[in-house]
Formats: sequence, structure tokens, C-alpha cells
Amino acid sequence: MNNITPWWSSESYWKKMAIWVTAFMFIVLIGLTIDTIPQITAGSERVPAYSVINKHIGYEFNDERNIQVPVIGAEDPLFGKVLSEEEAEALVSHGKKITQGRNCMGCHTLLGNGSYFAPDLTKAWLDPGWSSEPERENLMIEFLMDPIANARSFGSDRMMPNLDISRDEAKAVIAFLKWMSSIDTNGFPYNFTVIDKES
Amino acid sequence: MNINHLNGGQKLAVKYYIVAMVLFGAQILFGLLSGMQYLYPKLLFGILDFNVTRTVHINAMIVWMLYGFIGSVYWLLEEESETEVVGLKLGTLGFWVLTSAVTVVVLVFLLVQGGPGDDFTRWFINEGREYIEAPRWADIGIVVCMLIFFYNVSATFMKGKWSGISGVLTLDLVALAGIYIAGMFYTPNISMDQYWWWWVIHLWVEATWEVLVGCLMAWGLMKVLKVDRKIVTTWLYIEVALMFGSGILGLGHHYFWIGTPEYWLTIGGFFSALEPVPLVAMVVHAVYDSGVRHMKGNNNPALAWLIAHAFGNFFGAGVWGFMHTLPQINLYTHGTQWSASHGHLAFFGAYATIIIAMIYIAVPYIRGQEGIGSNLPDGGWKWKWALGLLNMGVVGMTIALLISGYEQSFIERAVGGSTWLGYFTAQIHPWFVQGMEWRMIFGVMTAAGIVLLLWDLLTIGKEPASNQKLQTKSS
Ligand code: HEM
Ligand code: HEM
Ligand SMILES: [Fe+2]
Repeated sequence: MNNITPWWSSESYWKKMAIWVTAFMFIVLIGLTIDTIPQITAGSERVPAYSVINKHIGYEFNDERNIQVPVIGAEDPLFGKVLSEEEAEALVSHGKKITQGRNCMGCHTLLGNGSYFAPDLTKAWLDPGWSSEPERENLMIEFLMDPIANARSFGSDRMMPNLDISRDEAKAVIAFLKWMSSIDTNGFPYNFTVIDKES
Repeated sequence: MNINHLNGGQKLAVKYYIVAMVLFGAQILFGLLSGMQYLYPKLLFGILDFNVTRTVHINAMIVWMLYGFIGSVYWLLEEESETEVVGLKLGTLGFWVLTSAVTVVVLVFLLVQGGPGDDFTRWFINEGREYIEAPRWADIGIVVCMLIFFYNVSATFMKGKWSGISGVLTLDLVALAGIYIAGMFYTPNISMDQYWWWWVIHLWVEATWEVLVGCLMAWGLMKVLKVDRKIVTTWLYIEVALMFGSGILGLGHHYFWIGTPEYWLTIGGFFSALEPVPLVAMVVHAVYDSGVRHMKGNNNPALAWLIAHAFGNFFGAGVWGFMHTLPQINLYTHGTQWSASHGHLAFFGAYATIIIAMIYIAVPYIRGQEGIGSNLPDGGWKWKWALGLLNMGVVGMTIALLISGYEQSFIERAVGGSTWLGYFTAQIHPWFVQGMEWRMIFGVMTAAGIVLLLWDLLTIGKEPASNQKLQTKSS
């Protein structure tokens, strides 16, 4: 009989293929991970150190890369207080834990991931909705502490619920947002309008 | 329900299937609530806010699918290994532990909801990371229950006999459980957080879960259509090679915009664009086998759901995934209703379908019947309508969400520049709102399908099929 299976449809060939392809791809992924981790560690070029919250952060068009990129500028301490690297990390970390504990991602996206019921927070720190840079910090604190009274949902009736965020908690969350806005996200979000420098 | 005639693994599987279907119902209920909150933001505002209803919606989904998978594997375990499950008592204990843990987690999500920004909250209330919101204590519990499950599977095959399917299955379970651990740590660095978070989410649904359902599909085709074992095994290896070959580096399509280096744009775009290939192969496989056997099987609803799986996986993951997987497009669609559109069709089409098929394969055995043919006393209208309503409902929701997604990517993203104002400009646009309305209409259709499905699963085959009735009469 001529029903000898050709090599390309034989079970043992594809078994070997499955094993080798999987192993190879996995090893490549590990290699890429080893290369990527240092580049996304806080304090690297793409993901700045937490103390970047002491600085002015912009988001400007870069002709060479043809996208907007974060620009770290002059001294501009958050809430007027210069923090050491450790203090800054502690504050940002507290802020991130609050966003996790209140499940912000259940409504918002961070770096574009999460839920789609509320605006993306990647560049929330730079949003023109906070009026102007001199007014921004106060408006953000007020909003987070009482999002219902300060709702800015443009007639959609959608409001952020009151999550019992205290003043100190609000400051920590804002530190986290400011730090996040300094991450180089390869131009996401695209075509973003940045908050006015002066009122 | 008298199930004493089933083997040990199958009895345990029935338990898993029951919880899976209860949670499926809960998923849909909370999905309806979340969808309604888009249209009526005041609904349950301050009581069950959107972040609560949505979290329950997607977590119920992940958990019921895991239950469905575990149940399916226990169902086929003794047959495939030709021996008894090694640690059935332990397995049963694992079931109760897992189910209690899930109950507590859901109650805490609903009643406590959130907490202060400290470690206690993440350990005992809510971790606040999409899909893996379950607090850390529950993560550890889940891993322990998965280890029990894995022990049972591997030790049983070891005692009995191995096959191509069981070999792939066992190795895949190691990977599936191992990957979960990548999500179990805290870092203040959101880029690092999401880098590993995607290992869990993507390497589950686009690698290990796909291969797991590949095993179930192979076994199901053998069972329902009597396809030759050699053929399904060869196909399974092809599937694994193509799926892991594209899906592992396809992970890069989530590394475009989270702070990761630019080379991921190329790697992620290229490999994820290849991910549809194995899904096409699966459609060819299933349709070819069904055609060769003239769609004649011993279990019509199971066969229908297996075919729904092949197509659902291809369209939901393959086509809908491909549509936004290139960075040039994803820049505008990332984190919009596009993602929701794809997420619904993919999870339903690839995973809900095959678990339903596996349950239908089990049903005649549970009821002590030969199969489910075309001779049902009521003509099988319930399973047929459930099939139609569920599939049409989800496809309808998917299209509605896609239309909203198009509008959102243009108006919020391209024109509005993704600012707060841009976001709301898109959300209040009539085209967006209409999409949300149609999503609800099709959501209700989906819900009707679930009700029928559950009713059918509880009753089908309870009355003897009509020809059996005749036989008993004449004898
Ligand atoms: C009655 C039917 C359903 C309704 C009304 C519904 C509604 C929703 C809503 C409102 C969201 C939140 C999206 C957002 O953040 O804006 C959501 C998310 C989700 N739902 Fe459903 N859903 C339904 C059925 C299903 C089914 C059957 C599945 C899958 C088996 C499913 C899987 C998902 C997934 C995976 C997400 C997360 C999507 C993402 O993050 O991109 N849903 N659903
Ligand atoms: C059964 C398999 C699959 C399932 C269940 C699935 C499910 C999902 C879900 C739920 C999301 C949203 C995640 C979130 O909440 O942020 C998502 C995102 C995504 N999926 Fe899939 N997917 C599957 C396969 C695929 C395939 C094969 C492709 C590509 C060909 C793909 C491409 C994408 C892309 C590009 C995103 C990112 C969307 C964004 O940028 O917001 N998916 N997937
Ligand atoms: Fe993915």
C-alpha cells in the first residue's frame, strides 16, 4: 500500500517542530526581556527616576522621531517641596497603591490599559482641563477629594464617584500621575494638547 | 441528580461545570449592569459603581472559564489515561477550597469594594489590576488549587498511559500555572507592572489557553465525530507550533506604548500579525472533519458548539485581533471600544463556546443516554435557540462596540488628541451613544440565550428521546 505518510504530515515531525519552535520563541522572549527590563527600570532614559516630580514635565513634538516625547525641564517641585529620591519614590508608590486600592483601573486606562468608562490617565498631569499650570495642583486636589462637586464630564452625566480620598492621599496620587506623565510612551497618546503654561 | 454511574473524574467535573455555569450567569448579569451604566450613569451610582460591576463581570468570566477548563480535563482524564484519578479526594477538597475562596473574593468585591493605599488592601481586598484584581491571599489559594489539579492530571497520566494530547495538555498546564506567578508582585513602576501583567493576560489567552482548548478540540472531535486519533494529534502539534511560534513574541503588541523600547513596535506587530494563521488552520481542520463525516455525529449540540468555537476563535481572536494589532492602527485604537469589541468576540468565540461544547459532550453521559441526536422530544428547540441567541447576541454587541470604537478613535484620538475634553466629546457623540444602545439590545439577546442554555442543560435528555420511547413500547 502507498499510504506511507510524507514527512511534512507526519506526527513525529510536527511534534519535534512544536517543541523546537516553542523553546526557541521562549528563549528569544527571555533575551528580549533581559534587554528591556533595564530600559524600563525607574531611573532610565525612557522611565525617569521618581524624583522627576521635582521637575517641570512637558510633552513636545520631536522632529527626529516624528512623535511627541516627554521633555524634562527646569526645577518645578510638586506642591513646592523638593523631595529626595527616596521620598519621591515613597510618595509615588503610595499614590500607586491608592490607585490600586480604589480600583481606578476599573474605570480608567493607565498607559492605555484598563477600562474605557473614563479618560485615559497616561498624561492626565498635562491635561489642558486643569486650566493652567499655576492652578493645576489645587484643581487636581479638589477634584480628587470631591469629584462630584467638581465634575467635569461635559454633559455626559458621567461622574467619578467619591472615593473618600483625603488631601494627603490626593497629593500622593498626583505625584504618581506626574511621574507617569514623564514616561516615554513612543508617542501615545498621539496629537495630545498640553496644558497652558500661564493662566 | 444521580451521577453514581459516572467515573470519579467525571463526578468531579460535574461539580466544576455547575459552578462554571452559575458564574457565567453572574458574569452576564454584571455585564448588563456595566452596560446600563454607560447609558444611565446614575444607575447604582455610589452603591455599585462601574468599577465594581465591571470587575465582577470580567473576574466572573476568568474564573468560570478556568472552572470550565478544569472540569473538562477532569472529565476526559480517566478515559484518556485509562485509569482512575490518583487523588480524587484531594481534588474534591481543592474544588471546595477554590469555590469558597472565589465566594469570599466576590463578596469582598461587592461589599468592601476598595481600601486605603496600603499592603493590607492588596492582600485582602482588591489588587486593582484589571483581570487579576483578586487580592494576594486568593492568588496564593488559586496557585495551590492549580497545583493540586496539576498533580492529579500528571500523576494520573503517569500511572495510566500517555498520549499526544495528554502530553501537550500536561506541559501546557505547567506553563499556564507558572505564568500566573508573573502577576504576583508589587512595584511602584507602572511600566514594569504592565510589562509582567501582560505576561499573565496575553500569554494566557493567546498562548497557553489557546493550546489548552486545542487539546479539548482534538479530544472533542475524536469524541463527537470519531476522527482518527493520529490525525487530531498531528493537527494538535501543528497548532502548538504555529500558536506558540506566533503568540509568544506576539506579546509585543502590548509593548508599543507602555514605556518599553521601540523595537517592540516591529516585533510585536510582526509576530502578532501571524497569530491568525493557526486559527485559520483550526477552522480548516474542524470544517474538513465535519464535512468528511457529513456533519453526522452522536451529539448535535456539542458539534454545533465545536464549530462555533472554530469560527469564533478565528473571527474574535484572528480577525478582530488582527484589525488593531499593527502599531500604526493601535496608536489610535489602543484602550478604546475597539479593545472591548475584540475582547468580547474573542473570549466568547474562543473560550465560552468550547466549554459549552464540552458540557454538552458530558450531558448525555450524566443522563445515562447514548448521545443527543435529532430525535429529541421537543425537537431540541432550546439548544438551537440558545445557540442562535448567544452567538447573534455576542456578534451584535461586537459590531455595536466596533462602531463606537471607530467613532472614538477618530474623534477622541485622532482629532481630539486624547485629552479629557477629547474623551468626552467622543463619548457624548450620537454615533457613540447609539453603539452603546445597540450593545444593550444585543446584550439582552445574549442574556436570553444564557437563560435558555442553562434551562436546556438542566433538562435536555431527561425525557427519553422519541425513538427510545418507541423501542421500549414495542419491546
Ligand atoms: C449581556 C451581555 C454583556 C454586556 C452587556 C457586557 C458589557 C460589558 C461592559 C460594559 C464592559 C466594560 C467595557 C469598558 O470598560 O468600557 C465589558 C467588558 C468586558 N466583557 Fe462584557 N458584556 C457582556 C457579555 C460578555 C461576554 C459573553 C463576554 C465573554 C465571554 C464578555 C467579556 C468581556 C471582557 C473580556 C471585557 C473586558 C474588555 C476589555 O477590557 O477590553 N462580556 N462588558
Ligand atoms: C482567544 C484569544 C484572544 C482573546 C481572548 C483576546 C482578548 C483580548 C482582550 C480582552 C483584550 C483587552 C485587554 C485589556 O483589557 O486591556 C485584548 C487586547 C488586544 N488583543 Fe486580543 N485576544 C485574543 C487574541 C488576539 C489575537 C490573535 C490578536 C492579534 C492578531 C489580538 C490582538 C490584540 C491587541 C492588539 C490588543 C490590544 C488592544 C489595545 O491596544 O487596547 N488578540 N485581547
Ligand atoms: Fe495579546
